[in-house]
Amino acid sequence: MNNDLSVGIVVFPGSNCDHDTIAAISSLGAKPVVLDYRLHSLPVLDRVILPGGFSYGDYLRSGALAAAAPIMDAVEQAAADGLPVLGICNGFQILCERGLLPGTLLPNPSGEFICQWQAVRVASESPLFTGLDQGRVLRLPIAHHEGSYRVAQGQLAELFERGQIFLQYSDAEGQLHGLTNPNGSVANIAGVQNRNVVGLMPHPERAMAAYLGSRDGWDLLASWLGMGENAVC
Amino acid sequence: MTQFRLTFLVGLKEGILDPAGQATRNVLQNMGYQADDVRIGKWIQVVVSAKTEDQALTIGQEIGQRLLSNPVMEYFEVTVQAYE
Repeated sequence: MNNDLSVGIVVFPGSNCDHDTIAAISSLGAKPVVLDYRLHSLPVLDRVILPGGFSYGDYLRSGALAAAAPIMDAVEQAAADGLPVLGICNGFQILCERGLLPGTLLPNPSGEFICQWQAVRVASESPLFTGLDQGRVLRLPIAHHEGSYRVAQGQLAELFERGQIFLQYSDAEGQLHGLTNPNGSVANIAGVQNRNVVGLMPHPERAMAAYLGSRDGWDLLASWLGMGENAVC
Repeated sequence: MTQFRLTFLVGLKEGILDPAGQATRNVLQNMGYQADDVRIGKWIQVVVSAKTEDQALTIGQEIGQRLLSNPVMEYFEVTVQAYE
């Protein structure tokens, strides 16, 4: 199928979702390429993923030290050149710290690490996710302590106007309300995009098979890989 | 009773391993800075009611020792000022 599609997966010290992400990308028929955080340049790639975990032990701030790792200069340059970049959970935090995505992720107001299944709604159709319609509800796991998405005062309307809000925490019917907001994120935001860079708190790589609870992660990643609805098991 | 603001700086004692500080130092060095050492601690503000500034400082010494720092591995400094 997409055997020629190379997907770089950056491994930082403390990444821990890299193996799940490698397995997910492989199962979709693309070729995972493991990238060490000390690299100063990227090989030829079609996509890059910053996986979840606790890079640098979450020291200083989640994602702050990884955002300054050597490979991130190359990732930033590649993103500027149009390479699609996906940050999952800690990867999302890294992209925000690097300034490639707007906003930041604060500790959950509950003070708890939240680990649960969560419905998220596709807030706007994205050229990065072909075939994933606006309003589609996905069932995905979340697992984070710093997931409360916030933006600078006055920036929120702009993000909506530009269609940069990609995913929002919702109920199973796609309704948005406070009860379905697990972590106090502004406007229930679970994922944002900035041109070809996207970050999301849920873990699609942990939702690759119905017998494990959900296959919606498969749909999301297949869509991001440009395989849309043509992806098959 | 008057309100006073106590400001605490809590840091790891000399010789206590600071992995967060070391990781931050390494990243600063990778960024090209001549960062020879980094130690990471905490900054804490507590507003207390007391009769005098001296009494507020005494309270500060007490809570610094009893809760805000672990005397085995940390030191703390506390300063007091009027709270508006």
